[in-house]
Parts: sequence; C-alpha cells; structure tokens
Amino acid sequence: MMARASNIKNRLNKGDGAWAYGFIAIALVVYALFTAYPVISALLISFQEYRPLGSSFNGIDNYASIFKSELFGKALWNTLVYTVLTVPVALILSFGVAIMIMPLKKWAQTTFKAIYYLPAVASGVALSVVWLWIYDPMPGGILNQLIGLLGIENQNWLGSSSTSMFSLVLMSWLSSHGTSIIIYVAALLGIDESYYEAAEIDGATFWQKMWHIVIPCLKPTTLFLLVTGVIGSFQVFQNAYLMTGGGPDHSTTMVGLLIFDTAFKYFEFGKAAAQSLILALIIGIIAFIQFKFLGKDVEY
Amino acid sequence: MALFNNHLGNRAARYTRNTIIVVLLLLFALATLFPIYFMVMSSFGDPVEAGAISYSIWPGKFSFESYKFFFKFSEYSYRWLLNSLIVATVVMVSNVIFATMAGYAFGKINFKGRKVLFAVLLAAMMIPYQVTQVPLYILIVNIFEIQNTYQALILPSLVTVYNIFLAKQFMSSIPNEILESAKVEGASQFKILTKIIMPLSKTVMAVMAILTFMENWNTFFWPFLVTNTMDMQTIQVGLKNFRFANTTYFAPMMAGATISAVPMFILFFSLQRYFLEGVTVGAVKG
Repeated sequence: MMARASNIKNRLNKGDGAWAYGFIAIALVVYALFTAYPVISALLISFQEYRPLGSSFNGIDNYASIFKSELFGKALWNTLVYTVLTVPVALILSFGVAIMIMPLKKWAQTTFKAIYYLPAVASGVALSVVWLWIYDPMPGGILNQLIGLLGIENQNWLGSSSTSMFSLVLMSWLSSHGTSIIIYVAALLGIDESYYEAAEIDGATFWQKMWHIVIPCLKPTTLFLLVTGVIGSFQVFQNAYLMTGGGPDHSTTMVGLLIFDTAFKYFEFGKAAAQSLILALIIGIIAFIQFKFLGKDVEY
Repeated sequence: MALFNNHLGNRAARYTRNTIIVVLLLLFALATLFPIYFMVMSSFGDPVEAGAISYSIWPGKFSFESYKFFFKFSEYSYRWLLNSLIVATVVMVSNVIFATMAGYAFGKINFKGRKVLFAVLLAAMMIPYQVTQVPLYILIVNIFEIQNTYQALILPSLVTVYNIFLAKQFMSSIPNEILESAKVEGASQFKILTKIIMPLSKTVMAVMAILTFMENWNTFFWPFLVTNTMDMQTIQVGLKNFRFANTTYFAPMMAGATISAVPMFILFFSLQRYFLEGVTVGAVKG
C-alpha cells in the first residue's frame, strides 16, 4: 500500500522540479547579479586601489588605513552612542504603548496603531526637511520656542557639536514606532488567557502578571525587535546625511555615512568596500552575541 | 484582556485608569504627529524668505502660492512625480509576480537544492546594504553603463529577498491536500499557481504590493546616486535638490515635502488594513 501511494505521488510530482526552477529563475538571476556578485566584488575591491580602468591590488592597505584613521573610530563610537540611545528607548516606548492599548476597544486600538504608524509612510527626505525647521537655531524656531517656555536658553541644535547628536536621537524618539507597537500588540494578543486566569486565582496583581507572564512571554518578540533594531541602527545614516552632513566636527558622522562619503565624495571605492565589510563583521558579531546571551531560553 | 483586572475594583477606578491611559496615548500621538501636522499646515503659508516670518504652530494663511513656487523651481518638477510613480509601479508589479512565483516554489514544491538555495537567499538579508552599495554602483554605472535611465532605477529591486521570504512564509500555511487533489485532477504547476495559490494568497500579495510601492516611492539614496539630470530624478531627489537650492524658503520647502508625502498618506488611509497587517506577516511567528 505504502509503496503504491508513494509511487502515485512520485508520478504526480514528476516534472515539478523543472517548474520550480522556472519559478525561481528570475529571482535567482536578480539575486546573483545584484546581491551575490556585489558581495563578492566588494570583497575583491576591498583589497584594491579601485580605478575605473584597471584597478591594482594593494594588499591590506585599505584595511590598515582604516584602523589607523581616527575618523573611523569616531564614526564607530558615534554609531554606538546613537544605537544605545535610540534602540532601548524605542523598545520601552513601544512596549509601554502596546500595553496601554490593550484595554481599549478594537476601533480605538486600530486608530492608535494607525496614528503611530503614520510617520513611517512619509519619506525620510520629507521628514528631514520638517525637522530641519523644527531645529531652526533662531529664537523663533519651534523647538527653541518650546524650551523657551521652560526657561532654557536658545540652542543651536544641529549646528553645535554638543547638541547635534542629541538632536538626531530626539528625532528618532519622536518618529514612528508603529512597527514595533503593532508587533508587540500582536504578541500580547497571542499570550494564552489561561496564564492570566491561573495567576488571578493566585491573587496576582497587574504588576506581578506583567513581570511573571507578559515579560517572559514577550521575550522572543523583544529579542527580535532588539536585534533588528540594532542591525538597522548600525546602518543608519540618511538623517545624518540630510540634516547635518555628519558635522559639525564629525560629531554625527556614523559608520554608514563615513562609507558613503568615502565612496561617493572622495571616490575611494576600495577603502569604502573595506569599511563596509568591517561594518558587516561588527553587525554580525553583535547579532551573534545578542542571540547567544539573550536567546538562551527563547524557542523558535 | 485579562492582563488588566477588568472585573476587579469598582467602576470609578476602572474609569480613572482608562482615562489616564487614553490621555497618555494621546500625548504620545500628538508628539508623533506634530512634524506631519507642522509640515502640512506650514505649506499653505506664503513663499517668503524665512527671515521675514516667525513660525507658528497654529494655522494662519491658506494659500497655494508655496506649491506654485515649488513647481516653478524646475521645469521637471512634475516629471519627478511621474518618475517616482513609474519606478515604484514597475518595481511593485515585478515584485508581486516574481516573489509570488519564487515563494510558491520554495514553500510548496520539492526540488533539488531547495533548502540550500533558500538559505543562500536568506543570508543576503544579514548583509548590510553598505556592502553591496559600491559594487552595485560600479556595476550599473561603469559596467552596464546605464546610469540615468529607468533601468538603473528599477533593475536592482526587481524582486527582493524579503518579499520572497514573505510569500514563502504565507504559502507554507496553505494545506498540501488542496494542491495534491488539484494534481490528481491533472492540473499543471502553472495552473495550480494561478488558479489556487494566487487566489488564496491575495492578502500577502496586497501587502507586498503596498509595502514595495511605498518603499520605492520613498527611497532616496539609490536614485540620488544613479541619476544626474533633473529629468530622470525622482520626487525625493528633486525635493533634496530644491532644499539645497532654496535654503531660506520655509513654506515652499514644506509644500515640497507635503507633495512627496501626500500620495503615501492617501494610500495609507485607503489601504490601512494591509499596511498594519503587513508589519506582522513577516515578523511574528504564529
């Protein structure tokens, strides 16, 4: 019986392979050309002094010059500062909002989710234009007016190296957390009711339920958001590019921006490729550490 | 939700709690929405230089002069919108078609090398885009020599790994029995794809379409790198050029930003469900 069944199955599945390759053909070509080839090429270019006609290998010169340059270290430090200041806050904010949304009616939940998501549909360029004016250094600037009400003096937000990084961080705090909020809400809805019921029989308070049920149950979600958040944050440079250009005095130069400048301002493609590979390695290590230490009891 | 003790405590306490929650949520909503409100509201001001005005967060004038000013900046300003529309539409359509096909193959057909190939594809999602940026630029500009063309804007995003992953995840949940019985009745794989898989995958296809369109409408760096004349630029690149050429014109800049963002706002409000669903399709493991 079994043999006959698998025979029929085999006959039915005959020719499926050819179809499958047909279905993935274009995806594979696009992938090979625009992802796989560039990655391999980046590896090669990173050991070359790139010239459009005839590059020459220069060994590890590119890498050596990166480790010698103070700027790369500074950019790495800035990236780290930015990540530490933005990612945990984003997680806490979206977790808090998701919890607060839960007791509301369905329509109110949807409305709030839509509101918090909205800034994410506006382009980064449009938002950077708006924030540029919010940070207008004149006393009439919106943010300066606001802190003026609190009795704090005028700030040259983006123009001074003491506030420029904070300005980019503040912008990230007040931009869209919609994605994380929605993911947290979905995860909260997925927690089994019986846990709460059991806890209530034992007379657990809201905070006890929070600590012993919600936070452990949401650990995989938090880990997911943490890892993707850190990876994303390490690549961030659009706002820095559009709002400060990395300045003043390189106070907002992040690794992503440094790579961009090296490649498309100074046209040192070899060095830029080397920088990007170091960045990839750092991101890989950080993601690995996060999974190793936080993912211990997380099941997938 | 039983996280909150809805049946415990008196009604007044519950009412107070919910009021505090709503007030907090509204305050956060206000902070999130302020930049967008400020952008749209200020875009209706007069196109005068910033030194001559002081900003207000309350609506004052209502004129379209700043919009006219923005469009007058370049004879190609309408073309920017058209370019963005063309690029985003083509990339959207190709992604939906090719990612659906590939997602089905990876999710539902057994073929040699399936696991390895899919793992290779997924590995790409781990690579920061800075790594591919420079070689991709060299490939398009120096090797293919197609800079400043629609091909240059479209080809690299013809089908993304993320969309293939999304499609595969969704299709894995379609029961095999349906596909098997279709096969018994002699349906070809192509027929199964178009007559069974696609109708069942409408949601994920819509999500892919919307998110892909939005991403490509909003993308800035790639078009900025591979276009060098105004007639081939997209609205985001045009907006950036406008900004650098008119650093003191506050209201027109806001008008430009509004123009670049409004199509997405309209799309978002009309297809909100898919936007909000799209976020969780790929992220939460069921």
